[in-house]
Amino acid sequence: MAIDREQLLHVAHLARLELRDEELERLGAQLNDILDAVSKVSELDLADVPPTSHPLALVNAWAEDVPRDPLPLDDVFANAHAREGDLFRVPPTA
Amino acid sequence: MSAIVDTLRLTAEEAIGLVERGDVSATELHAAYLDAIEERDAELHAYLRTVDEADGTSIPIALKDVISTKGVETTAGSKILSGYVPVFDATVATRCRDAGLTLLGKTNTDEFAMGSSTENSAFGPSRNPWDPSLVPGGSGGGTSAAVTAGLAPWGLGSDTGGSIKQPSALCGNVGLRPTYGTVSRYGVVAFASSLDQVGPVAKNVRDVALLYSIIAGRDPEDSTTVELPGAVVLPQEDRLEGLRVGVPRQATELEAIEPGVRAAFDVALTRLEELGAEVGECELPRAFDYGIACYYLIATAEASSNLARYDGVRYGPRSEGTTYREMVERTRDEGFGDEPKRRIMLGTYALSAGYYDAYYGQAQKVRTLIVREHADVFGRFDVLATPTSPTVAFPIGHKAADPLAMYACDLLTIPSCLAGLPGLNVPCGFSEGLPVGLQLIGPQLSENTLFRAGHALERSLGLDLVPERLRT
Repeated sequence: MAIDREQLLHVAHLARLELRDEELERLGAQLNDILDAVSKVSELDLADVPPTSHPLALVNAWAEDVPRDPLPLDDVFANAHAREGDLFRVPPTA
Repeated sequence: MSAIVDTLRLTAEEAIGLVERGDVSATELHAAYLDAIEERDAELHAYLRTVDEADGTSIPIALKDVISTKGVETTAGSKILSGYVPVFDATVATRCRDAGLTLLGKTNTDEFAMGSSTENSAFGPSRNPWDPSLVPGGSGGGTSAAVTAGLAPWGLGSDTGGSIKQPSALCGNVGLRPTYGTVSRYGVVAFASSLDQVGPVAKNVRDVALLYSIIAGRDPEDSTTVELPGAVVLPQEDRLEGLRVGVPRQATELEAIEPGVRAAFDVALTRLEELGAEVGECELPRAFDYGIACYYLIATAEASSNLARYDGVRYGPRSEGTTYREMVERTRDEGFGDEPKRRIMLGTYALSAGYYDAYYGQAQKVRTLIVREHADVFGRFDVLATPTSPTVAFPIGHKAADPLAMYACDLLTIPSCLAGLPGLNVPCGFSEGLPVGLQLIGPQLSENTLFRAGHALERSLGLDLVPERLRT
Protein backbone atom coordinates (compact mmCIF):
# COMPACT_ATOMS: atom_id res chain seq x y z
CA MET A 1 0.00 0.00 0.00
CA ALA A 2 1.89 3.03 -1.24
CA ILE A 3 1.01 6.65 -0.51
CA ASP A 4 1.13 8.81 -3.62
CA ARG A 5 1.88 12.50 -3.72
CA GLU A 6 -1.77 13.51 -3.63
CA GLN A 7 -2.45 11.43 -0.52
CA LEU A 8 0.71 12.77 1.06
CA LEU A 9 -0.51 16.33 0.55
CA HIS A 10 -3.89 15.37 1.99
CA VAL A 11 -2.30 13.88 5.11
CA ALA A 12 0.01 16.89 5.49
CA HIS A 13 -3.06 19.09 5.26
CA LEU A 14 -4.84 17.08 7.98
CA ALA A 15 -1.71 17.30 10.14
CA ARG A 16 -1.29 21.04 9.50
CA LEU A 17 2.19 20.65 8.13
CA GLU A 18 3.32 22.85 5.25
CA LEU A 19 5.78 20.41 3.72
CA ARG A 20 8.12 21.80 1.09
CA ASP A 21 8.63 19.92 -2.20
CA GLU A 22 11.99 18.55 -1.16
CA GLU A 23 10.47 17.27 2.11
CA LEU A 24 7.51 15.71 0.34
CA GLU A 25 9.86 13.68 -1.77
CA ARG A 26 12.15 12.57 1.05
CA LEU A 27 9.50 11.94 3.70
CA GLY A 28 7.22 10.34 1.12
CA ALA A 29 9.78 7.70 0.23
CA GLN A 30 10.57 7.00 3.89
CA LEU A 31 6.90 6.85 4.81
CA ASN A 32 6.25 4.26 2.15
CA ASP A 33 9.05 2.09 3.53
CA ILE A 34 7.73 2.46 7.07
CA LEU A 35 4.16 1.80 5.98
CA ASP A 36 5.32 -1.32 4.24
CA ALA A 37 6.88 -2.54 7.49
CA VAL A 38 3.95 -1.69 9.77
CA SER A 39 1.43 -3.21 7.34
CA LYS A 40 2.62 -6.52 8.77
CA VAL A 41 -0.21 -6.20 11.31
CA SER A 42 -2.70 -6.98 8.54
CA GLU A 43 -1.31 -10.52 8.18
CA LEU A 44 -3.25 -11.58 11.26
CA ASP A 45 -6.94 -12.46 11.27
CA LEU A 46 -8.15 -10.69 14.40
CA ALA A 47 -11.86 -10.36 13.74
CA ASP A 48 -12.74 -11.78 17.17
CA VAL A 49 -10.05 -10.00 19.18
CA PRO A 50 -11.06 -6.90 21.14
CA PRO A 51 -8.82 -3.83 20.84
CA THR A 52 -6.60 -2.62 23.70
CA SER A 53 -6.49 1.14 24.04
CA HIS A 54 -4.86 1.24 27.43
CA PRO A 55 -2.63 -1.15 29.36
CA LEU A 56 -4.35 -0.78 32.74
CA ALA A 57 -7.81 -2.10 33.47
CA LEU A 58 -8.92 1.13 35.13
CA VAL A 59 -12.62 1.96 35.04
CA ASN A 60 -14.09 5.29 36.10
CA ALA A 61 -11.20 7.09 37.77
CA TRP A 62 -13.31 9.56 39.69
CA ALA A 63 -12.03 12.69 41.36
CA GLU A 64 -13.66 14.97 43.87
CA ASP A 65 -14.97 18.12 42.24
CA VAL A 66 -12.98 20.59 44.28
CA PRO A 67 -12.76 24.18 43.01
CA ARG A 68 -9.23 25.53 42.79
CA ASP A 69 -7.67 28.78 41.72
CA PRO A 70 -6.81 28.70 38.03
CA LEU A 71 -3.39 29.72 36.73
CA PRO A 72 -2.94 33.50 36.95
CA LEU A 73 -3.53 35.05 33.51
CA ASP A 74 0.02 36.38 33.35
CA ASP A 75 1.23 32.80 33.73
CA VAL A 76 -1.15 31.60 31.03
CA PHE A 77 0.28 34.15 28.61
CA ALA A 78 3.88 33.92 29.82
CA ASN A 79 4.97 31.82 26.83
CA ALA A 80 2.61 33.23 24.21
CA HIS A 81 4.01 34.73 21.03
CA ALA A 82 1.49 37.57 21.03
CA ARG A 83 -1.05 38.73 23.61
CA GLU A 84 -3.72 41.31 23.24
CA GLY A 85 -5.45 42.05 26.53
CA ASP A 86 -6.59 38.68 27.82
CA LEU A 87 -6.54 37.04 24.40
CA PHE A 88 -3.96 35.24 22.28
CA ARG A 89 -3.32 37.30 19.19
CA VAL A 90 -3.19 35.37 15.89
CA PRO A 91 -3.38 36.27 12.17
CA PRO A 92 -6.86 36.46 10.61
CA THR A 93 -8.55 33.07 10.25
CA ALA A 94 -9.69 33.81 6.71
CA MET B 1 35.37 21.58 44.92
CA SER B 2 35.46 18.41 42.84
CA ALA B 3 38.19 17.10 45.12
CA ILE B 4 35.54 16.60 47.83
CA VAL B 5 33.90 13.68 46.11
CA ASP B 6 34.66 11.38 43.22
CA THR B 7 31.41 11.83 41.30
CA LEU B 8 32.44 9.10 38.87
CA ARG B 9 31.92 6.36 41.42
CA LEU B 10 29.62 7.92 44.00
CA THR B 11 26.23 6.22 44.18
CA ALA B 12 23.14 8.21 45.14
CA GLU B 13 22.82 6.25 48.37
CA GLU B 14 26.43 7.07 49.28
CA ALA B 15 25.90 10.70 48.35
CA ILE B 16 22.82 10.90 50.58
CA GLY B 17 24.95 9.42 53.38
CA LEU B 18 27.58 12.12 52.89
CA VAL B 19 24.98 14.88 53.11
CA GLU B 20 23.15 13.35 56.08
CA ARG B 21 26.36 12.96 58.05
CA GLY B 22 27.29 16.53 57.24
CA ASP B 23 30.48 15.50 55.42
CA VAL B 24 29.38 17.62 52.51
CA SER B 25 26.55 20.13 52.11
CA ALA B 26 23.87 20.01 49.42
CA THR B 27 25.42 23.17 47.97
CA GLU B 28 28.93 21.68 47.87
CA LEU B 29 27.68 18.48 46.29
CA HIS B 30 25.74 20.43 43.66
CA ALA B 31 28.89 22.43 42.91
CA ALA B 32 30.99 19.26 42.66
CA TYR B 33 28.66 17.89 39.97
CA LEU B 34 28.67 21.24 38.16
CA ASP B 35 32.48 21.05 38.15
CA ALA B 36 32.32 17.55 36.68
CA ILE B 37 29.88 18.80 34.04
CA GLU B 38 32.19 21.72 33.28
CA GLU B 39 35.06 19.30 32.88
CA ARG B 40 33.42 16.58 30.81
CA ASP B 41 30.17 17.71 29.25
CA ALA B 42 31.62 19.83 26.46
CA GLU B 43 32.50 16.49 24.91
CA LEU B 44 29.42 14.48 25.90
CA HIS B 45 26.62 17.06 25.59
CA ALA B 46 24.48 15.21 28.10
CA TYR B 47 22.95 18.46 29.37
CA LEU B 48 20.95 21.06 27.49
CA ARG B 49 21.22 23.41 30.49
CA THR B 50 22.28 23.33 34.11
CA VAL B 51 21.03 25.08 37.22
CA ASP B 52 23.64 27.15 39.07
CA GLU B 53 22.31 27.05 42.61
CA ALA B 54 21.27 24.10 44.74
CA ASP B 55 17.61 24.62 45.68
CA GLY B 56 17.25 21.67 48.06
CA THR B 57 18.74 20.02 51.11
CA SER B 58 19.73 16.67 49.66
CA ILE B 59 21.58 15.41 46.59
CA PRO B 60 21.22 16.59 42.98
CA ILE B 61 19.19 15.03 40.18
CA ALA B 62 19.18 15.39 36.39
CA LEU B 63 15.82 15.51 34.65
CA LYS B 64 15.23 14.65 31.03
CA ASP B 65 14.12 17.73 29.16
CA VAL B 66 10.60 16.40 28.62
CA ILE B 67 9.86 16.98 32.32
CA SER B 68 8.39 20.43 33.04
CA THR B 69 10.39 22.42 35.55
CA LYS B 70 8.94 25.71 36.77
CA GLY B 71 11.14 28.61 35.73
CA VAL B 72 13.66 26.37 33.92
CA GLU B 73 13.41 26.10 30.12
CA THR B 74 11.97 22.78 28.93
CA THR B 75 12.29 22.01 25.22
CA ALA B 76 11.78 18.26 24.73
CA GLY B 77 14.78 18.51 22.40
CA SER B 78 12.67 20.43 19.89
CA LYS B 79 13.05 23.80 18.22
CA ILE B 80 9.27 24.18 18.48
CA LEU B 81 9.59 24.46 22.28
CA SER B 82 12.79 26.51 22.36
CA GLY B 83 12.44 29.29 24.89
CA TYR B 84 9.48 27.59 26.59
CA VAL B 85 9.66 28.17 30.34
CA PRO B 86 7.03 26.15 32.24
CA VAL B 87 4.91 27.99 34.78
CA PHE B 88 4.40 24.79 36.80
CA ASP B 89 6.36 21.71 37.81
CA ALA B 90 5.61 18.20 36.60
CA THR B 91 4.44 16.04 39.50
CA VAL B 92 7.67 14.01 39.35
CA ALA B 93 9.68 17.25 39.62
CA THR B 94 7.55 18.29 42.62
CA ARG B 95 8.13 14.92 44.29
CA CYS B 96 11.88 15.20 43.76
CA ARG B 97 11.79 18.70 45.22
CA ASP B 98 9.71 17.51 48.19
CA ALA B 99 12.36 14.85 48.83
CA GLY B 100 14.96 17.61 49.05
CA LEU B 101 16.62 16.81 45.72
CA THR B 102 18.24 19.71 43.91
CA LEU B 103 17.70 20.17 40.18
CA LEU B 104 21.11 19.90 38.55
CA GLY B 105 19.95 20.40 34.99
CA LYS B 106 17.91 19.25 32.04
CA THR B 107 19.27 16.46 29.90
CA ASN B 108 19.31 15.98 26.16
CA THR B 109 16.76 13.85 24.36
CA ASP B 110 15.71 12.93 20.87
CA GLU B 111 13.09 15.44 19.78
CA PHE B 112 9.87 14.66 21.69
CA ALA B 113 11.62 11.49 22.93
CA MET B 114 11.37 10.06 19.40
CA GLY B 115 14.52 8.14 18.66
CA SER B 116 17.09 5.64 19.88
CA SER B 117 20.32 7.64 19.72
CA THR B 118 19.63 11.33 20.72
CA GLU B 119 20.71 12.22 17.18
CA ASN B 120 17.21 13.57 16.63
CA SER B 121 17.71 16.30 19.23
CA ALA B 122 17.33 19.72 17.60
CA PHE B 123 20.25 20.81 19.78
CA GLY B 124 22.79 18.22 18.63
CA PRO B 125 23.49 14.65 19.73
CA SER B 126 24.80 13.44 23.08
CA ARG B 127 27.80 11.14 23.08
CA ASN B 128 28.60 7.86 24.79
CA PRO B 129 30.98 8.18 27.78
CA TRP B 130 32.66 4.88 26.80
CA ASP B 131 33.57 6.28 23.39
CA PRO B 132 32.41 9.74 22.27
CA SER B 133 32.27 8.65 18.63
CA LEU B 134 29.34 6.41 19.60
CA VAL B 135 25.73 7.19 20.47
CA PRO B 136 24.58 6.90 24.09
CA GLY B 137 21.26 5.42 22.96
CA GLY B 138 17.99 7.25 23.10
CA SER B 139 15.81 8.91 23.52
CA GLY B 140 17.14 9.37 27.07
CA GLY B 141 20.79 9.45 26.02
CA GLY B 142 21.41 12.64 27.99
CA THR B 143 20.34 11.29 31.38
CA SER B 144 22.06 7.98 30.75
CA ALA B 145 25.37 9.52 29.63
CA ALA B 146 25.24 11.90 32.61
CA VAL B 147 24.82 9.07 35.13
CA THR B 148 27.59 6.94 33.62
CA ALA B 149 30.03 9.84 33.33
CA GLY B 150 29.48 10.98 36.92
CA LEU B 151 27.67 14.14 35.84
CA ALA B 152 24.68 13.28 38.06
CA PRO B 153 24.20 10.72 40.82
CA TRP B 154 20.89 9.79 39.25
CA GLY B 155 18.24 11.08 36.91
CA LEU B 156 14.82 10.65 35.44
CA GLY B 157 14.05 9.58 31.92
CA SER B 158 10.85 8.78 30.07
CA ASP B 159 10.18 5.56 28.22
CA THR B 160 7.63 5.00 25.47
CA GLY B 161 9.21 2.05 23.65
CA GLY B 162 12.63 1.76 25.27
CA SER B 163 13.91 5.28 25.90
CA ILE B 164 15.08 4.50 29.44
CA LYS B 165 16.14 0.86 29.10
CA GLN B 166 18.02 1.07 25.79
CA PRO B 167 20.28 4.04 26.70
CA SER B 168 20.96 2.40 30.05
CA ALA B 169 22.10 -0.69 28.19
CA LEU B 170 24.31 1.29 25.82
CA CYS B 171 25.90 3.40 28.59
CA GLY B 172 26.17 0.66 31.22
CA ASN B 173 23.87 1.76 34.04
CA VAL B 174 20.57 0.72 35.58
CA GLY B 175 17.28 2.04 34.24
CA LEU B 176 13.71 1.21 35.15
CA ARG B 177 10.69 1.62 32.96
CA PRO B 178 8.00 1.32 35.63
CA THR B 179 4.60 -0.35 35.29
CA TYR B 180 2.34 1.92 33.26
CA GLY B 181 0.33 4.07 35.64
CA THR B 182 2.62 3.94 38.65
CA VAL B 183 4.35 7.24 37.88
CA SER B 184 2.51 10.46 37.07
CA ARG B 185 2.72 11.90 33.57
CA TYR B 186 1.37 15.28 34.69
CA GLY B 187 3.65 17.97 33.28
CA VAL B 188 5.60 15.54 31.12
CA VAL B 189 5.68 16.51 27.44
CA ALA B 190 3.43 13.90 25.85
CA PHE B 191 4.53 11.63 23.03
CA ALA B 192 2.22 8.57 23.16
CA SER B 193 -0.06 8.72 26.17
CA SER B 194 -0.94 5.03 26.49
CA LEU B 195 2.77 4.14 26.52
CA ASP B 196 4.74 7.03 28.09
CA GLN B 197 6.19 6.35 31.55
CA VAL B 198 8.73 8.29 33.59
CA GLY B 199 11.38 6.24 35.37
CA PRO B 200 14.69 6.37 37.22
CA VAL B 201 18.24 5.91 35.94
CA ALA B 202 21.16 5.35 38.35
CA LYS B 203 24.43 3.52 38.89
CA ASN B 204 22.88 0.54 40.64
CA VAL B 205 19.60 -1.18 41.37
CA ARG B 206 19.23 0.07 44.95
CA ASP B 207 19.50 3.68 43.79
CA VAL B 208 16.90 3.04 41.11
CA ALA B 209 14.57 1.49 43.69
CA LEU B 210 15.08 4.44 46.02
CA LEU B 211 14.30 6.99 43.32
CA TYR B 212 11.29 4.95 42.21
CA SER B 213 9.97 5.11 45.78
CA ILE B 214 10.22 8.91 45.60
CA ILE B 215 8.33 9.39 42.34
CA ALA B 216 5.80 6.51 42.26
CA GLY B 217 2.20 6.43 43.38
CA ARG B 218 -1.16 7.87 42.50
CA ASP B 219 -1.38 11.50 41.46
CA PRO B 220 -4.76 13.24 41.40
CA GLU B 221 -3.48 15.28 38.43
CA ASP B 222 -3.11 12.13 36.29
CA SER B 223 -6.19 9.94 36.27
CA THR B 224 -4.28 7.02 34.73
CA THR B 225 -2.15 6.61 37.87
CA VAL B 226 -2.60 3.96 40.53
CA GLU B 227 -1.40 3.57 44.11
CA LEU B 228 1.39 1.03 44.60
CA PRO B 229 0.13 -2.22 46.15
CA GLY B 230 2.90 -2.11 48.76
CA ALA B 231 6.03 -0.25 49.76
CA VAL B 232 9.07 -0.23 47.50
CA VAL B 233 11.63 -2.60 49.03
CA LEU B 234 15.30 -1.69 48.67
CA PRO B 235 16.85 -5.01 47.62
CA GLN B 236 19.39 -6.68 49.90
CA GLU B 237 19.37 -10.39 49.15
CA ASP B 238 22.22 -11.95 47.22
CA ARG B 239 20.46 -15.23 46.40
CA LEU B 240 17.60 -15.92 44.03
CA GLU B 241 16.29 -19.30 45.16
CA GLY B 242 12.76 -19.89 43.93
CA LEU B 243 12.86 -17.21 41.24
CA ARG B 244 11.58 -18.54 37.93
CA VAL B 245 13.20 -16.79 34.95
CA GLY B 246 11.71 -17.25 31.48
CA VAL B 247 13.76 -16.64 28.36
CA PRO B 248 11.59 -15.99 25.30
CA ARG B 249 12.97 -18.13 22.49
CA GLN B 250 11.96 -15.58 19.84
CA ALA B 251 13.96 -12.87 21.58
CA THR B 252 17.18 -14.80 21.76
CA GLU B 253 16.96 -16.28 18.25
CA LEU B 254 16.74 -12.90 16.55
CA GLU B 255 19.37 -12.51 13.87
CA ALA B 256 19.76 -8.87 14.78
CA ILE B 257 21.42 -9.77 18.10
CA GLU B 258 25.19 -9.36 17.90
CA PRO B 259 27.22 -12.43 18.91
CA GLY B 260 29.01 -10.47 21.65
CA VAL B 261 25.69 -9.36 23.13
CA ARG B 262 24.38 -12.92 23.06
CA ALA B 263 27.55 -14.21 24.72
CA ALA B 264 27.34 -11.70 27.59
CA PHE B 265 23.63 -12.45 27.98
CA ASP B 266 24.28 -16.21 28.14
CA VAL B 267 26.93 -15.73 30.82
CA ALA B 268 24.45 -13.70 32.86
CA LEU B 269 21.78 -16.41 32.52
CA THR B 270 24.23 -18.97 33.85
CA ARG B 271 24.97 -16.60 36.72
CA LEU B 272 21.26 -16.31 37.50
CA GLU B 273 21.13 -20.11 37.74
CA GLU B 274 24.18 -20.15 40.01
CA LEU B 275 22.38 -17.68 42.25
CA GLY B 276 19.57 -20.20 42.65
CA ALA B 277 17.09 -19.08 39.98
CA GLU B 278 15.39 -21.58 37.69
CA VAL B 279 15.88 -20.55 34.09
CA GLY B 280 13.57 -21.95 31.40
CA GLU B 281 12.53 -21.21 27.85
CA CYS B 282 9.20 -19.68 26.87
CA GLU B 283 7.41 -18.48 23.75
CA LEU B 284 6.30 -14.97 22.82
CA PRO B 285 5.86 -15.33 19.05
CA ARG B 286 3.41 -12.50 18.32
CA ALA B 287 5.12 -10.07 20.68
CA PHE B 288 8.42 -10.22 18.84
CA ASP B 289 7.09 -10.74 15.30
CA TYR B 290 4.48 -8.00 15.41
CA GLY B 291 5.59 -5.77 18.30
CA ILE B 292 7.43 -3.14 16.27
CA ALA B 293 4.70 -2.85 13.62
CA CYS B 294 2.04 -2.58 16.33
CA TYR B 295 4.05 0.00 18.26
CA TYR B 296 4.81 2.27 15.32
CA LEU B 297 1.12 2.46 14.47
CA ILE B 298 -0.15 3.09 18.00
CA ALA B 299 2.65 5.39 19.13
CA THR B 300 2.52 7.51 15.97
CA ALA B 301 -1.27 7.75 16.05
CA GLU B 302 -1.13 9.02 19.63
CA ALA B 303 1.79 11.31 18.78
CA SER B 304 -0.07 12.89 15.86
CA SER B 305 -2.82 13.82 18.29
CA ASN B 306 -0.54 14.96 21.14
CA LEU B 307 1.63 17.09 18.88
CA ALA B 308 -1.37 18.90 17.40
CA ARG B 309 -1.04 21.41 20.26
CA TYR B 310 2.13 22.98 18.83
CA ASP B 311 0.60 25.74 16.80
CA GLY B 312 2.63 28.85 17.59
CA VAL B 313 -0.19 30.35 19.65
CA ARG B 314 0.24 29.51 23.32
CA TYR B 315 3.95 28.74 23.44
CA GLY B 316 6.99 28.26 21.27
CA PRO B 317 8.28 30.26 18.34
CA ARG B 318 5.91 31.36 15.60
CA SER B 319 6.57 31.55 11.89
CA GLU B 320 4.85 34.38 10.07
CA GLY B 321 1.85 33.79 7.82
CA THR B 322 -0.85 35.98 6.38
CA THR B 323 -3.63 33.76 7.70
CA TYR B 324 -4.00 31.73 10.89
CA ARG B 325 -3.79 28.49 8.97
CA GLU B 326 -0.68 29.52 7.05
CA MET B 327 0.98 30.60 10.28
CA VAL B 328 0.20 27.27 11.99
CA GLU B 329 1.36 25.14 9.05
CA ARG B 330 4.57 27.13 8.64
CA THR B 331 5.29 27.14 12.37
CA ARG B 332 4.98 23.36 12.45
CA ASP B 333 7.02 22.85 9.31
CA GLU B 334 9.85 25.01 10.60
CA GLY B 335 9.57 23.94 14.24
CA PHE B 336 9.48 20.15 13.98
CA GLY B 337 12.44 18.07 12.84
CA ASP B 338 12.21 15.14 10.46
CA GLU B 339 11.41 12.40 12.98
CA PRO B 340 8.36 14.10 14.55
CA LYS B 341 7.19 14.98 11.03
CA ARG B 342 7.48 11.36 9.90
CA ARG B 343 5.60 10.17 12.94
CA ILE B 344 2.91 12.84 12.72
CA MET B 345 2.39 11.94 9.06
CA LEU B 346 2.28 8.19 9.70
CA GLY B 347 -0.02 8.60 12.71
CA THR B 348 -2.35 10.96 10.89
CA TYR B 349 -2.53 8.53 7.98
CA ALA B 350 -3.18 5.56 10.28
CA LEU B 351 -6.07 7.44 11.88
CA SER B 352 -7.54 8.93 8.70
CA ALA B 353 -10.87 7.95 7.17
CA GLY B 354 -10.62 4.75 5.19
CA TYR B 355 -7.41 3.57 6.86
CA TYR B 356 -8.31 3.65 10.56
CA ASP B 357 -9.55 0.05 10.81
CA ALA B 358 -6.72 -1.44 8.76
CA TYR B 359 -3.95 0.30 10.66
CA TYR B 360 -4.76 1.82 14.05
CA GLY B 361 -7.70 -0.49 14.78
CA GLN B 362 -5.76 -3.59 13.75
CA ALA B 363 -2.73 -2.51 15.80
CA GLN B 364 -4.92 -2.19 18.90
CA LYS B 365 -6.04 -5.78 18.40
CA VAL B 366 -2.45 -6.96 17.98
CA ARG B 367 -1.76 -5.17 21.25
CA THR B 368 -4.38 -7.38 22.89
CA LEU B 369 -2.55 -10.49 21.63
CA ILE B 370 0.71 -9.18 23.03
CA VAL B 371 -0.91 -8.48 26.41
CA ARG B 372 -2.37 -12.01 26.47
CA GLU B 373 0.88 -13.70 25.46
CA HIS B 374 2.71 -12.02 28.33
CA ALA B 375 -0.05 -12.89 30.79
CA ASP B 376 0.26 -16.54 29.74
CA VAL B 377 4.01 -16.78 30.32
CA PHE B 378 3.71 -15.09 33.72
CA GLY B 379 1.63 -18.08 34.78
CA ARG B 380 4.88 -20.07 34.74
CA PHE B 381 7.59 -17.47 35.29
CA ASP B 382 8.19 -14.63 37.75
CA VAL B 383 10.34 -12.60 35.37
CA LEU B 384 11.49 -12.73 31.77
CA ALA B 385 15.04 -12.04 30.65
CA THR B 386 16.27 -10.88 27.25
CA PRO B 387 19.13 -8.74 26.04
CA THR B 388 17.96 -5.11 26.28
CA SER B 389 19.45 -3.99 22.97
CA PRO B 390 20.41 -6.24 20.06
CA THR B 391 23.67 -4.31 19.70
CA VAL B 392 26.18 -2.37 21.74
CA ALA B 393 26.51 1.38 21.18
CA PHE B 394 26.88 2.21 17.47
CA PRO B 395 28.68 5.10 15.74
CA ILE B 396 27.01 8.48 15.50
CA GLY B 397 25.54 8.81 12.01
CA HIS B 398 25.42 5.06 11.47
CA LYS B 399 21.62 4.72 11.42
CA ALA B 400 20.57 8.36 11.24
CA ALA B 401 19.50 8.23 7.58
CA ASP B 402 17.52 4.99 7.88
CA PRO B 403 14.43 5.33 10.10
CA LEU B 404 13.62 1.62 9.98
CA ALA B 405 17.13 0.62 11.10
CA MET B 406 16.78 3.05 14.01
CA TYR B 407 13.33 1.68 14.93
CA ALA B 408 14.83 -1.84 15.09
CA CYS B 409 17.02 -0.74 18.04
CA ASP B 410 13.94 -1.18 20.22
CA LEU B 411 12.99 -4.61 18.93
CA LEU B 412 13.47 -6.17 22.36
CA THR B 413 12.17 -3.36 24.59
CA ILE B 414 8.94 -2.57 22.74
CA PRO B 415 6.72 -5.65 23.31
CA SER B 416 6.58 -5.34 27.11
CA CYS B 417 5.92 -1.59 26.80
CA LEU B 418 2.80 -2.34 24.77
CA ALA B 419 1.61 -4.59 27.60
CA GLY B 420 2.27 -1.90 30.23
CA LEU B 421 4.85 -4.07 31.98
CA PRO B 422 7.81 -2.90 34.04
CA GLY B 423 11.30 -3.51 32.70
CA LEU B 424 14.69 -3.09 34.30
CA ASN B 425 18.00 -2.82 32.47
CA VAL B 426 20.92 -4.30 34.38
CA PRO B 427 24.45 -4.26 32.93
CA CYS B 428 25.48 -7.88 32.35
CA GLY B 429 28.89 -7.75 30.66
CA PHE B 430 30.89 -6.25 27.83
CA SER B 431 31.27 -6.79 24.11
CA GLU B 432 34.03 -5.05 22.17
CA GLY B 433 34.81 -3.16 25.38
CA LEU B 434 31.29 -1.71 25.50
CA PRO B 435 28.54 -2.44 28.01
CA VAL B 436 25.81 -4.99 27.33
CA GLY B 437 22.46 -4.80 29.15
CA LEU B 438 20.09 -7.49 30.30
CA GLN B 439 16.41 -6.66 30.43
CA LEU B 440 14.27 -8.10 33.21
CA ILE B 441 10.52 -7.93 32.55
CA GLY B 442 7.86 -8.69 35.16
CA PRO B 443 4.09 -8.64 35.46
CA GLN B 444 2.44 -5.32 36.25
CA LEU B 445 3.45 -3.92 39.66
CA SER B 446 6.26 -6.45 40.12
CA GLU B 447 8.99 -3.82 40.54
CA ASN B 448 10.17 -5.26 43.85
CA THR B 449 10.83 -8.63 42.18
CA LEU B 450 12.79 -6.92 39.39
CA PHE B 451 14.83 -5.01 41.98
CA ARG B 452 15.58 -8.20 43.89
CA ALA B 453 16.70 -10.09 40.78
CA GLY B 454 18.64 -7.16 39.34
CA HIS B 455 20.41 -6.45 42.61
CA ALA B 456 21.55 -10.04 43.12
CA LEU B 457 22.77 -10.21 39.52
CA GLU B 458 24.72 -6.94 39.59
CA ARG B 459 26.31 -7.81 42.94
CA SER B 460 27.34 -11.20 41.69
CA LEU B 461 28.75 -9.90 38.39
CA GLY B 462 30.61 -7.05 40.09
CA LEU B 463 31.29 -5.18 36.84
CA ASP B 464 33.31 -1.96 36.81
CA LEU B 465 30.90 0.38 35.06
CA VAL B 466 33.10 3.45 35.00
CA PRO B 467 34.25 3.86 31.38
CA GLU B 468 37.92 2.98 31.06
CA ARG B 469 38.82 6.30 29.49
CA LEU B 470 37.48 8.14 32.55
CA ARG B 471 39.16 6.00 35.20
CA THR B 472 41.92 7.74 37.07
